[in-house]
Amino acid sequence: MSYVVSSRNATFGSRAARIGMYAFLVASAIFFLLPLLLVVINSLKPMEEIRQGNLLALPINPNFDAWVAAWQSACSGLDCGGVRPGLWNSIKITVPAVVISTLTGALNGYALAQWKSKHANLIMLLVTVGLFIPYQAMLYPTVKILSTVGMFRSYVGIVFVHVVYGLPYTTLLFRNFYIGVPDEISRAARMEGATFLRTFWSIILPISTNVLVVVGILQFTGIWNDYLLGLIFAGNDSMPMTVQLTNIVNNSRGAAFPNVNMAAALITAIPTLLVYFLSGRYFVRGIAAGAVKG
Amino acid sequence: MSSVSVRQIRKSFAGLTVLDSVDMEIAPGEFVVILGPSGCGKSTLLNVIAGLDERDAGQIFIDGIDVSDLEPSQRGLAMVFQSYALFPAMTVRRNLSFGMEIAGRPKTTIAEKVAWVAKLLQIEALLDRRPSQLSGGQRQRVAIGRALVRSSSICLFDEPLSNLDAKLRAETRVELKQLHETLRSTMIYVTHDQTEAMTMADRVAVMHKGKVEQFAHPQSIYEKPASLFVAGFVGSPAMNFLQGRLDHAGRFQVGDIGIDTSGYGFEDSSRERDVVLGIRSEDVSVVDQGTPESIPATLAFTELLGADALSWFQCLGKRFSVRLGVNEARAMQPTVGLCFNMAKASFFSAASEQRI
Repeated sequence: MSYVVSSRNATFGSRAARIGMYAFLVASAIFFLLPLLLVVINSLKPMEEIRQGNLLALPINPNFDAWVAAWQSACSGLDCGGVRPGLWNSIKITVPAVVISTLTGALNGYALAQWKSKHANLIMLLVTVGLFIPYQAMLYPTVKILSTVGMFRSYVGIVFVHVVYGLPYTTLLFRNFYIGVPDEISRAARMEGATFLRTFWSIILPISTNVLVVVGILQFTGIWNDYLLGLIFAGNDSMPMTVQLTNIVNNSRGAAFPNVNMAAALITAIPTLLVYFLSGRYFVRGIAAGAVKG
Repeated sequence: MSSVSVRQIRKSFAGLTVLDSVDMEIAPGEFVVILGPSGCGKSTLLNVIAGLDERDAGQIFIDGIDVSDLEPSQRGLAMVFQSYALFPAMTVRRNLSFGMEIAGRPKTTIAEKVAWVAKLLQIEALLDRRPSQLSGGQRQRVAIGRALVRSSSICLFDEPLSNLDAKLRAETRVELKQLHETLRSTMIYVTHDQTEAMTMADRVAVMHKGKVEQFAHPQSIYEKPASLFVAGFVGSPAMNFLQGRLDHAGRFQVGDIGIDTSGYGFEDSSRERDVVLGIRSEDVSVVDQGTPESIPATLAFTELLGADALSWFQCLGKRFSVRLGVNEARAMQPTVGLCFNMAKASFFSAASEQRI
């Protein structure tokens, strides 16, 4: 996990190199963290301080008024309920969409890894093509299909779209993981009388924890942060948080409240940050496990 | 105990024939070893018997019943895999009980069976560990345990010892043989290691290019190989070969030397044809050069093996090995004559490569 560099014999040159390396890392960290810091600082300022125009100044009277407003009373259009309803919509969309697309991707990936024929390669190729076609190109046909079956602009519709658009990605990741799992394990399970689904559930899934976490996180971030699909496919009463956030920020009625906008943006970002903090360890491990087998 | 009957099994992968009409009759309780070089189709044959690989043609019978289209689990056999293939996320106990759980056996029966097999293989202390916490030898025992626990009447082994070190391999070999004596189940064992084949098998099937070249007791495979391939593959060092011709009087002519073959029991009496003489290193004796019916040879080098020695000679442009006593080998002259024990020799037709 960690690379220990002996410092006992470090010469002047290598010490200088280390200092240089750390300087670069610190500079990079500042570069990436500065915008976040600005957003945090300004979300804690009251409007009077914002109006003074100094973005970099620290708040004189820091408080959470803007956060409270963003949470429950910020206006988007005529609706003044903050981002709170959007949070619940986002959870309702993201959780089932992540679970379904991850588990289905795992099952697909296992089936494709097991099925050794030319047809399997062809299907894998099609899946990969599906991965590379941009969403924009598929929007219109998807809208047409969903409205034909009556799922356009509905809760079920948006979950369905996320699952379908996520599948090529999850299938590919799981398939590449399962290719590395020895075939004899599945064969042994078959000798024991286990069906395909039983083998998948009792033997294959329990050894997939790392890749499940990685795929789960990638799907969670992707779906939570999605704006385009939510805007188009979610119904009025199932708009995700991201869409609501944009509506608040772009609200043309009344005065602009940058501190409230920034607080709303932060609230929207909290779940993904939490997911990374809580599962970062698995994430790194899972990526490493995919990179170097064994 | 069950009989297995393999009839006319054919299989090819992408135009390449892997199994070319294989027939094999295995008696109940027999320990059969399928021996062959890599790529000869032996593992494929085992997988076809197990039902894990599809066959193109032919049938498999178990106890006289055609099982060719049954799922592996319905054929009533168990299998030990080369990589052990233990289920990584399960404890040893669950690895052993998984098959019985699926079959819906009562909990008490499962517990009894697991206890029985754990005692038999001395893995009681390992039952609550996971495969990753076991050594190679321990994993091997668990894999064998998983195959035995359901008391299947037929056990298949796919090179089960090839991942063990030499010492452990020798020990496990003996244990497996003893296990077979105790359980008397039918065992089919695939290997490329001829020592395993010679020591464990009741009968050995030597495979080459998808065909069974010979299916016989290990000693007769060693003494009376049915084809040039079997003769060259079984035995260490490999059998010595000499090309020549049988004349009308039945003498073996090589160059201008004629050797009397009356000590050899020909299965086929046709004369006047090109043949290959095969002779094991222990059936060659060293005489003075110029002795009648001897082949002139020059000593290349000698390997001392402890109990005996192997002397390598250059003889009619070919390398010949001769097994000798250590003292005899040390006192070896540089130029000698070689005489063959015709009763123990093998003759093969040069055209068909079959024993004659």
